[in-house]
Formats: sequence, structure tokens, C-alpha cells
Amino acid sequence: MIDEIRRVAEQYPVARSAILPALRIAQERHGGWLPPEAFEEVGEALDLTPAYCKAVASFYDMFHLEPVGRHLVELCTNVSCALVGAQQVLEAFEEELGVRPGETTEDGAVTLRTIECAGGCGWGTVVVVDHRYREPVRAEDVPGIVQELRDAD
Amino acid sequence: MPISEILLAGASERDLTKLEEYHMVGGYAQLARARELEPAAILAELDASNLRGRGGAFFATGKKAGFMPRDSPRPKYLTVNADESEPGTFKDREIMLRVPHRVIEGSLITAHAIEARHVFIYIRGEYLTEFEVLRAALDEAREAELLGGVTLVLHRGAGAYICGEETGLLESLEGKRGQPRAKPPYPAITGLYGAPTLINNVETMATVPKIMELGGEEYAKLGTPDSTGTRVFSLSGNVVRGGNYELPNGTTLRELIYDIGGGVPDGRELKAIIPGGSSVQILTADQVDTPLSYDAMREAGSSVGSGAIIVIDDRACIVQLGLRVAQFYMHESCGKCTPCREGTRWMVQLLNRIEDGDAEEDELDLLLDVCDRILGHCLCPLGDAAAMPIASYVDKFRDEFREHVRAGRCPYGGESSLERVFAPVDQHRGHPTVEVAT
Repeated sequence: MIDEIRRVAEQYPVARSAILPALRIAQERHGGWLPPEAFEEVGEALDLTPAYCKAVASFYDMFHLEPVGRHLVELCTNVSCALVGAQQVLEAFEEELGVRPGETTEDGAVTLRTIECAGGCGWGTVVVVDHRYREPVRAEDVPGIVQELRDAD
Repeated sequence: MPISEILLAGASERDLTKLEEYHMVGGYAQLARARELEPAAILAELDASNLRGRGGAFFATGKKAGFMPRDSPRPKYLTVNADESEPGTFKDREIMLRVPHRVIEGSLITAHAIEARHVFIYIRGEYLTEFEVLRAALDEAREAELLGGVTLVLHRGAGAYICGEETGLLESLEGKRGQPRAKPPYPAITGLYGAPTLINNVETMATVPKIMELGGEEYAKLGTPDSTGTRVFSLSGNVVRGGNYELPNGTTLRELIYDIGGGVPDGRELKAIIPGGSSVQILTADQVDTPLSYDAMREAGSSVGSGAIIVIDDRACIVQLGLRVAQFYMHESCGKCTPCREGTRWMVQLLNRIEDGDAEEDELDLLLDVCDRILGHCLCPLGDAAAMPIASYVDKFRDEFREHVRAGRCPYGGESSLERVFAPVDQHRGHPTVEVAT
């Protein structure tokens, strides 16, 4: 992993610029989140302190400082999606998964989150499943999406 | 009304993500021509076109490029802002998906115009598919030796609205937390790695090849004198056909919402319009004939912003709208400037009290006072972007706010379309948004 990060860093005049791609690589390697050792690895690769790496990671929403499920369901509840029923879609996910936003199902399969505007406003509600956009999603689509994730798991 | 396609031209007939197809519509011909021209000649075309930045600030593109020093002992950088995150806005995404080569060509022409050898495209982290499309296009362009010695790096963000602010973007690209810098010095003097840097929006860049093709003067005949050319407008909310539509600047809200967007669905009434992304002042239904041009929107008391039109019907409680918008800015405030960090939190707390029917009448003025104390007191526009819309909601819908206070509850009685929307701030532990110290 350290070599991979250093290769990415070669694109930039200053190695520190590679910290976001580096953290992304580390997060993928560690099952979707950044445990303390990930900051040591990224720090070693880019000649930064682990504390610095964590400070940067904590600024960005896509980095997870706590374990997440094997699948990530992220739902936009910003204005455009909210106006066309995002809350109803969210409640359908809550019911289907048995968790509140910010929580992971007991079997560790799915983490449910609400996110700010994902940029699919004309086709709300936008749901991002494992980093791929589904749009528009309506409450009645939710059982199918959850089944799909359970089948894939 | 004619739909005038400039920057999306050809994308409905052909798969312009492919270099071969893009060549068929004259792709990269303008880059070849531009490289034969002196940089000053390209800047002259941009000036003649009166192209203004499509990210939201609407600053003259040629003028901004002109701030770049001619002679610099340091390298010069072009940074393309693809960190589209303004609520309601999803047009850069469509441009990258459909005409990625036009984004690259426009960026390379602009790099030549400012004599930069290094280009960074900063794309928001959530746009994974868009990143892949752009990367494939870049690989094709590199393979075809179109980069001409310029290095072009695609850099993915990781989820932070503030990185769309130009100096927040630079900080992020330098590997830091994306907290904006004090200006001056402006990026043209001290930008990326302390070197001269030009930052332009994706849509702005994708327009450049067409300006070179048509000539700046011809391009300036499109749209209105203060807002030339076309723009990809993002239409969303309570409208039948939401989506992106490229139209001449100066198209009215009515034409966009009703003629193109099919109007408000389910037989509901139009209540309000957010005409330029969530950062701008709200318009009431009677302002629906306002043209989408810079001057006309100014006169109407709002802004064209990022070209994102959010349609709101009569089921929406404006206090709840204000709360959701304020929660967004509270979540995205980087925390550097006190008025924004604390003020957005106060706004959320006060709006919660008003919505719950716990507020007194004078808290409406307190809310306006908080907005006033943010406006103009921060390093970057995020605080203003929270204060301006919220103040406009109170201003234009004061009766509705008063009704909450007077009745001691939301007059919608749980029937608002924005009822109990769960915002991301609600899932952060240690950030209760309902308590207020008054």
C-alpha cells in the first residue's frame, strides 16, 4: 500500500497533495473505514504525522473514522430531494433495515446515512448505494434495493 | 422557444465521450488553432465574448485570466473547479458525463492562454462515475498526444462543500483541511503552492472551445448584453420535468418552469422559487416572469448564482425550508471564522424554536440580527450564503413566521412537504441542534 500511495504522489509537485487519494486507498484496504493504523501507514508513505493525517481525514465526509457496514446506503435530504419525498424514502430504509441514520445493521451488512446535496436534484430522491447513484428512488423502490444488498452480501 | 445548444451541442446525436465522435463535431480543432495564436489573442476573444464564470460568482472569465502575471519565475497553474456541491446544482456533472472532451479542450485552450503547463481538475469525491468518464476521455486525449506537454491531473475531493470555494479548493489540493484563505493575496498572485493560479468552473471551461469557434463577438450576441451566451440550468423541486436544460441567458423563470419543465405537478400552486442554488435569496410566485440574467435577478433582489432553479409548491412550510437550508450551512461551515461557525448554529437553533412554536416575536428580529452579523464578516462567502437566503425567507414570508409564533405551532400541522426532514447534522453526536440559549 505504501508503494501504491507513493506512486500516486508522483503526480503532484508536493507529496502531501496526495493525502486524499492516499486516505481513500487506505480506507478501501481497511474495510471502508480508517482505523488508527491507517493514519500511520498514510503518514509513513507521505512523510506526515499520523495526527496530521487524522486531522485532514476528519474534515471530509467521505472518510469514516468508525467502522461501517459492508454496504453503504447514503440518502440526500437536502432541499430538492426533501421537496419530493426524501423523508419518506429515508423512513422506508429505516423500516426495512431496522436502523436509524448513522447506524449499521446488527449483522454488519449495511450502514445507513443521510448526506448533503449529492448533485442529482432534478431526479430526487437521490440514493447513493456503494458510491453509485440511484435516481430517482421512491419509497416503494426501497425493499428491492435492500434485497439486492442482502443478496450481494 | 428555441433551445440553443452551445456547450452540449452534438451530445444528443453522438456519444461525445468518445474522442473519435468528438472529432466528428470539430473536437480539438479549436485547441490546435489556439496553439497557433498568441495567448493575448485568446484572452481578447474571451473578453469580447463577455463570458462570465458559471460557478456562481459570475465574474468575467477573460478579466480573471488577465490577472495572471505574464512573467513569473514560478510555475503557473490552471485549476478547474469540478467540486459542484451547491444544493440544487447538478449541471457540471452532466457536462462531464456528456462532453468530457469539451471540458478538457477548453481547459487546454485556457492553459495556453495563461501559459500554464499544469492543469488540475478538482472533482467532488461523490462523482465517481463522472470521474471515470473524465479519466477515460483524458486517457484518449493523452494517447492522441493532444496534451501538448501539459500535465493534467484529475484530483478527487472527499466530501466537503467548502472545497468548491476557490481558496478552500487550493488548500484541499495542497493536502490540507479545506479551510479558505484570506484574500488578498488573490490566487492569481499567490495560489496553488504559492504560485499564480487561475481557477475556473467546469461549465466555463466547456464553453471556451465554442467561443473560439464562433468568435467572441458572435458568442456575445447570444443571451443578454450583461449575461451573454447560454447556460446549463438545473431545474429541480416541485416541477414535472426536472433536469438540466441548456438555454440562452435571459430565459425567464416562467419559460423554464412551465414551458420546458411542465409546471408544478399534482395541481399544486407555485409558492416560491430559489433561482440560483440554495445560497441565493428566495423569490415569490409573482416574480416568475424574472429573466435568468445577472442584472434582472439583481433587480429582483436575488442572484443567478449557479444556475440552479428550485421550485417550491404550496405544501412547503418556509420555516422548515429555512431550517433545512441553515442546517446545511451549519454542517458545511469549516469553522475558521467565528461569525459563520457560531452564526449558522444560532440560525438553526432559532429556526427550530420558531418551527416548534416556542419562539417569541422578537426572536424573528434576533434571527435577522444573527444574519446581519454574519454578512460580510467572514473570509469566504459561505457565511453570507447562509445569511442571505434565511434573511430573505423572513423578509418575504414574515407572516408565515409570525403565524408560527402566534399559534405556538407550525400552521401546517404536520402536513408540510418538508416535515421532519432528517439532516446530516442530526446524526452527528455532540451537536444537538435543538437547544438554544436565549
